[in-house]
Amino acid sequence: MSAFEYAPAPESRSIVKLQPSYGLFIDGEFTDGAGSFKTISPASEEVLAEIAEASTADVDRAVKAARRAYTDVWGSMPGRERAKYLFRIARIIAERSRELAVLESLNNGKPIKESRDVDVPLAAAHFFYYAGWADKLPYAGFGADPRPLGVAGQVIPWNFPLLMLAWKIAPALAAGNTVVLKPAETTPLTALLFAEICQQADLPPGVVNIVTGAGETGAALVNHPDVDKVAFTGSTEVGRIIARAVAGTNKKVTLELGGKAANIVFDDAAIDQAVEGIVNGIFFNQGHVCCAGSRLLVQESVADQLLESLKRRMATLRVGDPLDKNTDVGAINSAEQLSRIKALAEIGSAEGAERWSPACELPERGFWFAPTIFTGVSQAHRIAREEIFGPVLSVLTFRTPGEAIEKANNTPYGLSAGIWSEKGSRILAVADQLRAGVVWANTFNKFDPTSPFGGYKESGYGREGGRHGLEAYLAG
Amino acid sequence: MPAKKKESADSAVATAPRLAVRKTYKLFIGGAFPRSESGRTYVVADSKGQFVANAAQASRKDARDAVLAARAAFGKWSGATAYNKGQVIYRVAEMLEGRRDEFTALEVPASEVDEAIDRLVWYAGWTDKLAQVVGGANPVAGPYFNISSPEPSGVVAVVAPSQPTLLGLVSVIAPAMATGNTVIVITDAPRVAITLAEVLATSDVPGGVVNILTGSAAEVAPWLASHSDVNGLDLTGVADTKLALELEQAAAETLKRVRRPAAGLDWTADPGLAPMTAYLETKTVWHPKGL
Amino acid sequence: MTATISPLSEVTRSDAALRTFLHGLPGVDRVGADARAAGLGTRSIKTTAKAWAIDLAIRMVDLTTLEGSDTPGKVRALCAKARQPDPGDPACPSVAAICVYPSMVPTAAEALRGSGIHLASVATAFPSGQAPLKVKLDDTRAAVAAGADEIDMVISRGAFLSGRYLEVFEEITAIKEACGKAHLKVILETGELVTYDNVRRASWLAMLAGGDFIKTSTGKVAPAATLPVTLIMLEAVRDFLDTTGRKVGVKPAGGIRTTKDAIKYLVMVNEIAGDGWLDPDWFRFGASTLLNDLLMQRTKLATGHYSGPDYFTLD
Repeated sequence: MSAFEYAPAPESRSIVKLQPSYGLFIDGEFTDGAGSFKTISPASEEVLAEIAEASTADVDRAVKAARRAYTDVWGSMPGRERAKYLFRIARIIAERSRELAVLESLNNGKPIKESRDVDVPLAAAHFFYYAGWADKLPYAGFGADPRPLGVAGQVIPWNFPLLMLAWKIAPALAAGNTVVLKPAETTPLTALLFAEICQQADLPPGVVNIVTGAGETGAALVNHPDVDKVAFTGSTEVGRIIARAVAGTNKKVTLELGGKAANIVFDDAAIDQAVEGIVNGIFFNQGHVCCAGSRLLVQESVADQLLESLKRRMATLRVGDPLDKNTDVGAINSAEQLSRIKALAEIGSAEGAERWSPACELPERGFWFAPTIFTGVSQAHRIAREEIFGPVLSVLTFRTPGEAIEKANNTPYGLSAGIWSEKGSRILAVADQLRAGVVWANTFNKFDPTSPFGGYKESGYGREGGRHGLEAYLAG
Repeated sequence: MPAKKKESADSAVATAPRLAVRKTYKLFIGGAFPRSESGRTYVVADSKGQFVANAAQASRKDARDAVLAARAAFGKWSGATAYNKGQVIYRVAEMLEGRRDEFTALEVPASEVDEAIDRLVWYAGWTDKLAQVVGGANPVAGPYFNISSPEPSGVVAVVAPSQPTLLGLVSVIAPAMATGNTVIVITDAPRVAITLAEVLATSDVPGGVVNILTGSAAEVAPWLASHSDVNGLDLTGVADTKLALELEQAAAETLKRVRRPAAGLDWTADPGLAPMTAYLETKTVWHPKGL
Repeated sequence: MTATISPLSEVTRSDAALRTFLHGLPGVDRVGADARAAGLGTRSIKTTAKAWAIDLAIRMVDLTTLEGSDTPGKVRALCAKARQPDPGDPACPSVAAICVYPSMVPTAAEALRGSGIHLASVATAFPSGQAPLKVKLDDTRAAVAAGADEIDMVISRGAFLSGRYLEVFEEITAIKEACGKAHLKVILETGELVTYDNVRRASWLAMLAGGDFIKTSTGKVAPAATLPVTLIMLEAVRDFLDTTGRKVGVKPAGGIRTTKDAIKYLVMVNEIAGDGWLDPDWFRFGASTLLNDLLMQRTKLATGHYSGPDYFTLD
C-alpha cells in the first residue's frame, strides 16, 4: 500500500436527472414502444431506468418519420442552414458536457475521466467538424453536385455510446440525410439525452429518430426497405449478417467491425512512452475498443525490460468506481461481456500462456475484470486471434522487423496497429506494410474528427471521420 | 542435305494452300498460359457460327491457383512505385496499339480498340495522382502528423462483361491494376481475353498481377466469392440477378468489397474514380510532432 | 556504494564510452511524455489525501531566496519562516531547507541552529556556471565551511550541449569531492538543455558522477521546472536505482507556486518513482511563494473556509 492514498473523488451524480422511463424518440417526440427493458449501471447493477423497446412497427414509424423529414424539410434545406443546426448541436453538447459525461459513465461503466476528457469532447468536435461541411459538399471531391442518399439506418455499439452516435449522425445530417439510430441495448441513455438536445436545438422533427432495443430492433432497421443507407459499428459476426442482408439491395453500407491490433515495440523504442502506449492501447475503456492494441509484439531483445516496466505501470492502474475522477479502469459493460472475457482468459491459461494481473481489489457488486496480461503467447493461441474486447493483453515476441510485420498481418482483421521506434525510416517502412486502416506510430488510440477511421479485411469497409467520412452518405 | 532435293520441296510448299497455325487458347495464371487442370475445353464459334477454337474451361481448382498466383504477386505489385505501375500500364497500351490488328481480326471494332488503348493510357496516368486526390494530410487537433493514403484492397475477382469484349476487359482490369491490386478475371470471351493476356505478358506486367480464367462465371465465380483470400469482388459482368445476389451473399461471409455498377453502363463515358476507389483502403498514419 | 555502481563504472572511462552510453539510453517522445504528465495532472486529490499531501509538500520545501538584493535581514526572516511557517498553528511542520547564496550561508547557519532544517547553498558560479573549475571548487568549499550541508551546483550546459560529457562528469565528481559530507544537488538547468533526451542524458550523467539529487533549474531561466521534465528525471532516478542500487533524489525548482501544482508533482512522484521518494530526503521543491499557498490551502482544509494572503507572513 502506498503512503499516498488518494481519497475518493467522486464526480457528483446530481447533475443527471434520470427519469424512471424513456420512450422512443420518433418525429421529434418521445413515444411509447411496444415493450420495455431495464437499463442498469454495470458498476453497481443498479437499475437506472426503464427503456422502451422498439418493435418492427415502431421502427417502421421511425423510418416513415425520417422519410417525411427528408422529403419535406432536410433533404432540400440549404446546406448553410443544416450547418447551423449542427453547430448548435455541437455547442449544446459542450454546454451539457458534464451531464453527458456522468450519464455515460453511469450507463457504460467507463471512467469519468475518459467520458469527460475523450468521449464527450470528441462527440462535440465531430458535430462541429461536419457542421462546416454541410454547405461545402461540392468541394469534398465526390462530384460537382453530390446528393444525400435519403434515410440512414444506423446501429451503434455500447463501448462509446455518445461518440459513436456522433460519428454516425453528424456526417449523415451534414450530407442532408435523415437518420434512425439504434443505440446499443445496454447503453441507451446518452442517445436519449441527445434526443433532448435535438429538441433544444429545434432540429426539425423526424431528422433524428432514436429507437431503443436489442438485436431484433437493429435487424428491423437494417432490413427496412425504405432505408437507403446502413451504417453499423459492432462485431464482425453481426457485420457479416448485415452484409448478407443488404446483398442485392441498393442500400449503401459501411461497417466498422472488430479488430485484433498488433502493437509493435522495437528495441529502439522510447520505452517509457511505449509502456504508456501499451497501457492506453489495451486498458483504455476497459479494452472495450475495436481498435485496441490487444496483441503486444515486442522485440525479444527488450522484452524482459519492457514487461517489467509494463507490470510496474499496471500496478498503478486504479480500478473501480467509474464516477471517481481517479479511476483508470472502470466496469465491464455487461454480465454477458464479462463472461466472454472470463471464458477467453480461461482458454488463455488452459492453452499454457502465463497470466498476470496486478494486485487490485475489485468491487463486490457490478461487473469487473482486473487488467490482465498473458505472456508466452504464440500466434496459435486463441487469445492471440480472437477479439476479447476486454482488458486483456496477449504478449508475443519477434526477432526481426519482417517477423513483426508478418505476425501483425496474420489475422483476418485489419483495423489498427501500433509501431514504437525512434527510427523514422523503420516506422515508415513498417507502416507501409501493415494491413490496417489506422496506424499509430509512437502513439495509440488517438482519434480526431478530421482523421478517417476504418478497417481493412474483416474489420469492415468504409471510413468514418474526415472528408472520407462523407462518402458514405453521398451519391456522387 | 543435297541442294537439289531442297529446291523441289520448297516448290511443293509454294504451290499447296498454306494451312494456318491456329492458336491454342489456354488460361492465363501467374504469367503462364496453362491448360485448365480439369482438362476441359469448350467450343468457341465466330459470329457466323463457325468453329474457331476449343477454349480452356476454367474450373474451381484453376480459380484456386489463380488466387494463389494473385496473392503471390500482390506484395511486389502493391509495393511497386506509382511511377513504375504507370509505366507498366502505359506499356500495355503500347503493346495493344502494336497488336491492334489481332483484335480487329477477332471482330473487335477498330473504334473499340482505340477506346481500350486510350483507357489504358488514362489509367496509366492515374497511378501517381490518385493518392493526392483521395488522400492527404488531416489537420488533427493536437501535436500529430496525420496522413491518409489509399492502399489496394488486395486480390480482386472480377466477372468481366460479355460486351464490349476488349473495352469491357480493359475497363475492369486497368483500374484494379492501377491501384495496386492483383486481379482474377472471369470472362466468356476467351479469344479476346487470351489475346489481351498475350499483350499483358509482353508488357512488363509481373506474372500473377492479372490472371484470366475463361469459362463460366456461374461455375467459377462462386468459388472466388467465397474464397477467404480474395478481398474484392466486381460483379460488373454478372447480368443474372440471382447469381449476383448469391455471389454478394457469399462475399459477405468474409466482408469483401463488392462492386455492382448500375446496369446500362456507357463504356465510352469517363469512368470517374469509382472503379478505382472500389478496391482502395484508406490507411491513416499518426505520428507525434515533438522536439 | 562503489561496488553497486560497478555495472556502469566502465561507461565513464572515456568521452567515447560515456557518449555511447548516454546516447544509448532509450529516447523520450516529447508528445507522449507531455501527455503522461498531463494525465497525472488530472488526478483529483481531496480531503484526507490533500491534507496529507500539503503537510508533506511543506516538509519538502527548500525555501529559497537567490537575489542580488538578499541581505542578512532578509535571510534571517526567511529562516524564521522556515522554522515556523504558520505562527498560528504549531502543528504546521517546518520546511526541509533554506536555500541561499554562499555569502548568506553564515547568517542562515546562525539563524537555523538547532532547528534540524537543512542549509543549502548554491555554488559553482551559480546560475551560469561560467567560471574556472578552481573558482567553482573554492565557492563550494567556502559554502560548506560556512555551514552549508547541501550544495546546489550547476552543470556546465555549454560543455554538455557541445558533447563534452566527460568534462561535465569530471567537474561534478570534483565538486562532489569538495562537498565532503554535504549533499550534492546537481542542477541540470533543463530550460537550457531544451530536449527531453538531453534531460534524460544529463540526469544519468549527474547520477553517474555521484550527485545525491538531480535538480531541474536555477530558477533564473525560463522554463524552469515543468511536470514533464520532472517526469523524465523521476524515471531516471527510478531506473538508476534499478540498475545500480543507488537512490538519488529529485528537486524541481522554479515556477511551482500553487498547492495544486505541488500536489501534481507529488502524484507524479508517487506514480512514477514510487512512494519511496515521497520523503523530504528524496524529493524537494525549490520554491518561495509556494509555501504561502500551501499554508492557505492547509488552513482552508482545517477551517472549511477560504483564507487570504493577509493572514500569512510575507517573508
